[in-house]
Formats: sequence, structure tokens, C-alpha cells
Amino acid sequence: MTTPVLAVTSASKRFAGVRALEDVSIELHAGSVHALVGENGAGKSTLIKLITGVYPLDSGQVRLRGEEVAFASPRSAQQAGIATIYQEVHLAPQLSVARNFFLGREPTRFGALDLRRMNNEAQESLRRYGIVADVRRPLGELGLGIQQMVAIARAVSTEASVVIMDEPTSSLEPREVDRLLDVVALLKEQGVAIVYVSHKLDEVFRACDTITVLRDGRLVSTGATAELTRRQLIARMLGRDAADLEDGSRTRLAGRRNLPDAEPVLRAEHLNRRLILDDVSVVVRPGEVVGLAGLLGSGRSETAKAVFGALPLDSGTVEIEGATMHRQTPASRIRHRVAMLPEDRKAEGIIPGMSIRDNIGLAALPQLTRAGLVSRKRVDEVVKTFMTRLRIKASGPQQKVSELSGGNQQKVLLARLLCLNPRVLLLDEPTRGIDVGAKAEVQALIAELAEKGMAVVLISSELEEVVEGSDTVVVLRDGAQLGRLVGEEISEDAIMDLIADAASEQVASEQVQTQGGAQDGPETESTVSEK
Amino acid sequence: MTTADTTWRARLTDRAAVLTWVREHGVYIALLLLVVYNVVATANFTTVPTLQLLFSQLPPVIIVSLGMALVIGTGGVDLSVGTVMAIASAVLAKMVIAPGQGGFGAPIAVAILVAVLAGLLVGVFNGVVVAVARVQPIVATLGVLVAGRGVALVITGGALVELFVPFFKVIRLGKFLGIPYVMIVAAVLAVIVSFLVRRSAFGYRLLAIGGNRRASVLAGLPVKQTLITVYALSGTLAAVAGVIATARLRASDPSYIGLLMELSAITAVVVGGTALSGGRVRILGTVTGAVLIQLLETTLVSHNAPDSVARMVEALIIIAAVYVQRPTRRSR
Repeated sequence: MTTPVLAVTSASKRFAGVRALEDVSIELHAGSVHALVGENGAGKSTLIKLITGVYPLDSGQVRLRGEEVAFASPRSAQQAGIATIYQEVHLAPQLSVARNFFLGREPTRFGALDLRRMNNEAQESLRRYGIVADVRRPLGELGLGIQQMVAIARAVSTEASVVIMDEPTSSLEPREVDRLLDVVALLKEQGVAIVYVSHKLDEVFRACDTITVLRDGRLVSTGATAELTRRQLIARMLGRDAADLEDGSRTRLAGRRNLPDAEPVLRAEHLNRRLILDDVSVVVRPGEVVGLAGLLGSGRSETAKAVFGALPLDSGTVEIEGATMHRQTPASRIRHRVAMLPEDRKAEGIIPGMSIRDNIGLAALPQLTRAGLVSRKRVDEVVKTFMTRLRIKASGPQQKVSELSGGNQQKVLLARLLCLNPRVLLLDEPTRGIDVGAKAEVQALIAELAEKGMAVVLISSELEEVVEGSDTVVVLRDGAQLGRLVGEEISEDAIMDLIADAASEQVASEQVQTQGGAQDGPETESTVSEK
Repeated sequence: MTTADTTWRARLTDRAAVLTWVREHGVYIALLLLVVYNVVATANFTTVPTLQLLFSQLPPVIIVSLGMALVIGTGGVDLSVGTVMAIASAVLAKMVIAPGQGGFGAPIAVAILVAVLAGLLVGVFNGVVVAVARVQPIVATLGVLVAGRGVALVITGGALVELFVPFFKVIRLGKFLGIPYVMIVAAVLAVIVSFLVRRSAFGYRLLAIGGNRRASVLAGLPVKQTLITVYALSGTLAAVAGVIATARLRASDPSYIGLLMELSAITAVVVGGTALSGGRVRILGTVTGAVLIQLLETTLVSHNAPDSVARMVEALIIIAAVYVQRPTRRSR
């Protein structure tokens, strides 16, 4: 093989004595896409940050085209041709697309911004990556997918020889993912060395030439994608035998139960909210898991929020164990022992500056308080119980929650809900963005809770998770209910059929307006069914 | 090279760690340095009268800063504290002045109670505007800052009113074991507020709201009540400070009492390590910060620097404190 563009040799890094990365080496080659996979906390982010100069190495080397480098800051890494695209778009949403594109290196004319040149060049560059957008509009008005493309186009236009993408697709829709992967292919053709970090194995297998697996800060394996099966890859990420996984999935599938004919504990009916929800009803009996299925923007999260009192309704009723809810506030639902895990863990879930302990105890405060004073002893007991039960990995209950991996943060939030001893659990994307191991644990926990008689509403953008985990599935599209599948009727095909049928009815009207609308249905369907 | 040596080196070169250390301990070091400087360079600093003067000046700043710390802990700010002091002072004057001279001639205890209630009321108003109408705290309380002093002037009829109240002498000069009463009041209030922050459900909620308001709503916390309570406490404490300031002045002067107090209080809080972005409150740091600010003013005055210079130095300190507070990159 040729000399690598970038080579990391025996890199090690510790934070406060805890191993983050140990003796990891990788080589990046021009015109090649190198996947970096592993559970949260495996060391992917640390490795990237060592390469881009966010942290100094404890030991080891980074070589750029054969020469040893040690970047003092991400900026100097960028100047040396290493561009990084982060999960979240780090741009200024109020500024125009063109301004963002040139941010920090604006062309000037007589000391003033050369706006015409900026607009023209930005438009031109973006077009090369298949992005058609008015570059004079504020970036924030565009979809997240396009914003991500702008970030990529911007990074690449600085003549990068190495492009690092850290979970670039985590907030993108399937169609946008396709487009992003096209851009990756284009960069590859241009001879750029690409690092692609992703949780989504589909993308990794589609786009990458080489796969490096990290686990607990160590290198597990590096090898050509073609020589690796999905099962092997998952097994390496988890450090388990492939056979184990197979067994696990079999038992889960066999676990569909017959539910007793109990009275519903949650009865939310005819929920309406202009432009958001159109006559959606969700009824859940004790021990039942009701899945909400649909594409992004179909009203799944909004339904859960409406049930939880966090979304004002135009009309509709919510009953908990026969009692009609009059106040539309989360606090009133929690008093009736309804708990919700929000979709956006960072923005709506964790209190980043607080400890694990305080984050867990937050919602149960009224029960843990006497005469306005928090009982430390009782909080400690509850926290200890749930940290053990959910196997939260941390140095202790006083560790700041922001220092945990995504999977452990999610477990902290689940602990917060469970110490309320809820009757109804609303779980919005409980396994999104968490590693494979934590995911299996969370899924098992949901099944266990339902088994014990909890009523669960489960939202997931992974069809497989909804199909496997639910006793009943409500299918949504554009805020309206398309149908309800019960027991044996539930399958990925059945759900997709419902969505596709509804889509084809709309195609006729949308076809005239936009081409995108007509492609929507079938294209999404094919992406989903690959899973 | 020893291990300790290398860790120290690593720490000194790690900017984030240095900033964190300065944020947590800077206020104590700064106070120490200022005291040492005064002992060395200020004439008569270590005499009883000087220290007594300082002690008598401290309580209002400390008390106002305590309320400010709570408000800033929720991610807000209360610019109206100085004005609230003026309103409380004006109300106090109106209450104690004899009926024949346009007042109510109320007993001093009643007058103080009503003055403090007036502060509470302004605080509740701030809280409602912030929590229910969801106006940005800085804007909501700026409105009161501007309008409130007008209200105070109207109450007193627009001029300085001299007050002859025997009890004021007790506030001014009363001592227990050599410690002024007002200082004891400030200390007790500081202990209570510190206890609220550390141990009560209210303090827990306040920090959660400051850390992530949206998440607090979804965790079922009574966000609006908590915010209103916080602003009400800030108003109440400011009114108490207003009463003390009036007693010291032996007069109600609405255009002077509490002037620029918001600046001193915010400085004390921020210098003391409370995060401007909310979610972290340091009461001991706040009290130390208040002492630092007051001592700084005293120092400058005793070295014949004009008051305006004191304000400029204060502003510089705020900027420095906010600088060390900037979010530093953490691991991950």
C-alpha cells in the first residue's frame, strides 16, 4: 500500500487516571473511507480529538504524510488540511449560507466584504455537492440535512486532505443520508482520506473501505469491510460471541405475550392540535407496550408530549386510570404516575452541571422531601438502588452527568423515571444514539417493566425495535393515525404498507408541486426495508 | 523530576484547570491580597474605628448579594435590587412620618414590616413577568430599575426626608459581643440562604432550572412557582438592605439609596464563583465577594480616589470574573 496520509501510532490518553485510549494505531489512506466504530466510551471521540489537537497525547505519535505533528489546537490541524465535521452543526444559524460557507476567511474588496463573490462561489461549491439552496438565506432556515452539507462543503473547500466525520448522520433523514453518502463518495474520488464515525452499521457497510473497531479504549481490529460480516462486527464491538447474539434475538422474538383483558390505564383520545396532531388516540392497558411508528415528523413525539401534558392541545382527552386530566402540565401527569423519557436527551433530559445523584432524584423530589428539606439518606438509597439495577457505569453518584457516555446518561434518565414508580411510561427513542450493549440492556428493561404490569408507549425510529418490542402498534403519518396493528398483525412490512399506501394517495396532489414529494414514499421505504 | 512536580506542571499548562481553580478560589485570594495591601499601605487600617466603619457598610451589600446569587443561579439576573432598596426606604419614611406631615405615623416595627413587604411585592412582580410572561430577566428587571426609582420619589414627594427614629440608632450602633447587630443579621441570612441552596427542595429545583429549564419542566418541577419565589426572595432581601441603609443615613433619599447596588451585587456573586449561566450557586463565595467589593471601595476612598474610579475598578473585576467563568472545554 501507499504511504498513509495520516498515521497514528500507539496513541494513549488518560483522563484523571482513567484510560480513555491505550496503544491505538490507525492509518488513513488517500481516496479511502475508514470507519471508526465502537460503543459509546470506546474511545472514538478521544482518538479524533487527539488527531485534531483538542487534547495532547500522553504517548504515541501522529504523522501527517510521514512527518510527525502535534497540533496545539483544532485550528492548526485545520490549517494543516485536517477538517472535522461534528455531529451538531457548529455554524451561525442567523447568518446566510454564503456567510457561513466563508466564515473566518471572507473574501474582501477594498476592505469590505465581497458579497457577490461570496454568493457566487458558495453557490458554485454547494452545487458540486448536489445542494441547491439560496445561499443568501439564513442557514437556520434550511433543514438540518442541508446545514450538515454546508458544514461539509465548507470544511472540504479549505483543501482538506483528511476529513473526519463524527456521526454526521445522527440527525438526518434517510434521503439526506443518501445524499451525504454521495458526497463521501465524491470526496473519496478526489483522493481525500476520510474517517467516518457512525453507530449505523448500514452506512458503515455502504460507504467504508476499512473498519476499525475500538472497545474500552483499545483497538479490537482493523480490516477491509469486504472481509467482515455484520454479525462479526457487532460481536467485536460488544466483545461477545456471534452465537450469543443470535440466541438473544431468538428469545426476544418468542417473547410476545397474551395480555389479560384489563381496563386501560392510559386512554388518550382524539388528540388534536392544529398542523401537528390530527385525531390521534392511544389506549394502553397494564403490561402492554404500544409502539408508535412512523417516519420523522409523523407526530410520534408530539403524541407522547400531548399525553404527557407538555404540548398544548386544541381538543382531546387524556384519562389515567379513569381520571380525566384537566391540567395540561407534566407536573400533573407525574402526580398521576405517568413518566416520559424525552427524545432529546441533552436539551430536554439531563441537567448537565448536576451530579448523577441529583439528576436521578429530580422528578421524585416531592416523595423524597419532608417539610421542604430533601432527605439525603432517602435520595442516596434510591440512587444506589437504581445505579445498581440499571448498571450505570460511573466513578460514583457524585460524578457529573455530562461526563458520562450517551448510554449511561440515558440510564440516568430512565432511573429518574423509574424512581417515580410510574404506571405509565412514555419512552421517546429510548435507544437512540447509545451503544449496542446499552441498547440491548434498555430493550430488556422495557420488556421486564411491561412484564411487571407497567403500561408502556414506545417510540423508535428503528422499525425493528418497534416491531419486536410492541404488543400493539399505532402507525402515524403527518400527525394523523393511519392504523393500528395488534399482536400477530405487527410486522415491518405491515407498517410500511400502511405508510406507503397513505403516501401514494398524496403523490397525485404533490407531484405537480415538487419532485421531492413524489419520491418521498418509495425511496424511504427502500431505505427502511434494508434493515 | 518527581511525580508531584509533573502534575503541577501539567496543571499549570492546562488552561482549563487553571481557570477552574481561579474560579473556585480566586475570590479568597483576592480578598487576602487586598487585606494585606491595606494593612501595609493604608494608614489607620487596623484601628477599631476603620474596621467598625467597614463592618457597618458591609451588611447591605451582603444581603442584596444573597438574593442576587439565587436569581443568578436560575440563569436570570435582578437589576432592580437598588431600586427596591429605594422603594423600601421611601415606604419606610412614609410609614413613620407623623400624620400631620403626610405620613402614617406607624410604629417602627410595622413600618419596617410594610417596607419589607413592599420589596417582596416588587420581587413577586419581577418573578411573574419572568416566569409567566417569559420576559427575559434582564429586560423585566431593567424596567423596574428605571420605573421603580420614580415610584420611590413619588412616595417621598421627591426629596430627601430626614427621619428621627430612635430605633435607627439601635440598627446603626447596636452591638452584641462587639459585633454590630446588622452584621449578625447578614450572617444569619447568609446561613439560611446557604441552607436553602444546599438542603431544601427549593434550592434543588432552583439549580435544576438554572441548569436546564426545559428538562426541569419535563421532570414535573414547579418551575413558575420556584422562579417567582426566587425573585420574591431577592426583592425581600433588597428591601431589608434598604431599611438598614435608611437607618445608617438617618434619612430616606430615593435618588441615592441603593444606587448602583445591582452592579456591586452582581460583581460579588460572579466573583464568588456562581455561574452567570445558572445552575451553580456559591453562598460563601458570594459573601466573600461582597466583602471584597466593599473593602475595595473603602480602600479607594481612603486613598482619595474618586467614587467613579471605584466603579471602573468594579467593572473590570466583573469582566475578569466572567472571563474565568467562560465555559471551558471538558473531556468528551
